[in-house]
Amino acid sequence: MTPGRPVRFAVVVFPGSNCDHDAYHAVKHVLGEAVDFVWHKESGLHGADVVILPGGFSHGDYLRTGAIARFSPVMAAVEAFARDGGPVIGICNGFQVLLEAGLLPGAMLRNRELKFRCEHVHLRVERPDTPFTSRCTEGQILRMPIAHGEGNYYAPPEVLTALETRRQVVFRYCDPGGGVSDASNPNGSVHNIAGICNAARNVVGLMPHPERACEASLGSDDGLVILESVVESLGRSGRLAAAVRRAEQTR
Amino acid sequence: MKARVFVTLKPSVFDPQGRTVAEALHTLGYTSVAEVRQGKYFELDVRAGSVEQARALAAEVADKLLANPVIESYRIEVEP
Repeated sequence: MTPGRPVRFAVVVFPGSNCDHDAYHAVKHVLGEAVDFVWHKESGLHGADVVILPGGFSHGDYLRTGAIARFSPVMAAVEAFARDGGPVIGICNGFQVLLEAGLLPGAMLRNRELKFRCEHVHLRVERPDTPFTSRCTEGQILRMPIAHGEGNYYAPPEVLTALETRRQVVFRYCDPGGGVSDASNPNGSVHNIAGICNAARNVVGLMPHPERACEASLGSDDGLVILESVVESLGRSGRLAAAVRRAEQTR
Repeated sequence: MKARVFVTLKPSVFDPQGRTVAEALHTLGYTSVAEVRQGKYFELDVRAGSVEQARALAAEVADKLLANPVIESYRIEVEP
């Protein structure tokens, strides 16, 4: 393990993923870390330190969003990686895949107004204690784009209560001043939820696209902090754990 | 043997598509249609030794793939 070695990201590519290159570009060219595409038929993750499930329309969104992708061979590796505490982020369709895989609780419904919403929104960071928000402050407001037709997050009442009690709601849709109201909710999600994490906090899913908001020339660079956070988190503790994990995998 | 699987959103889950269809029907004057719930219909052509076996197989694939138990429930009909 060489100090200063770049953090290695894996971007999983499903048939129909279309934000895979955005994620790759943000990691490699903006963040300056190492990144590999991993095809969904593969059974390993190329020794990655971080896994990104990107946005898009895996398997054409047939049946339900993410429902078929969750059975892709690579998902067994993603589940094992997540179980071992490896940081996993699902963006948009990637979030939907994590929900279908049961790595995060809840499900997605069609947007309340049935409209495909493609616009910049504001998010309030509720929890800085995940590897993907560690460089944020609680209440920080981030501006980044959404692009989805099924981002209406739903969880049964008892699950929702548990999510709130265990502080697993990581992002909420808000107005530019940070106010959370129905007017700032673009899709009808319960409690304005835009992103959540698992109980162990290493798996995060969100509908907005941080990877598309990493350069000011694209309208916002607020998303970069998400990627910087995971690099910093791994620098603190996780890279050693990741190296051990890789060594175990290759034994 | 044919197994039919009807998947619908649970009654407690809001159905934006059903609501929109109901509103369209009201616009068309069908005000006596109070509510619409939209779902999915699957026709499975299964090889099974009995109706019970076909039903069990249909239930297994519905649990595993066809329905998401968080938001949906299903009903099965088997035609021998």
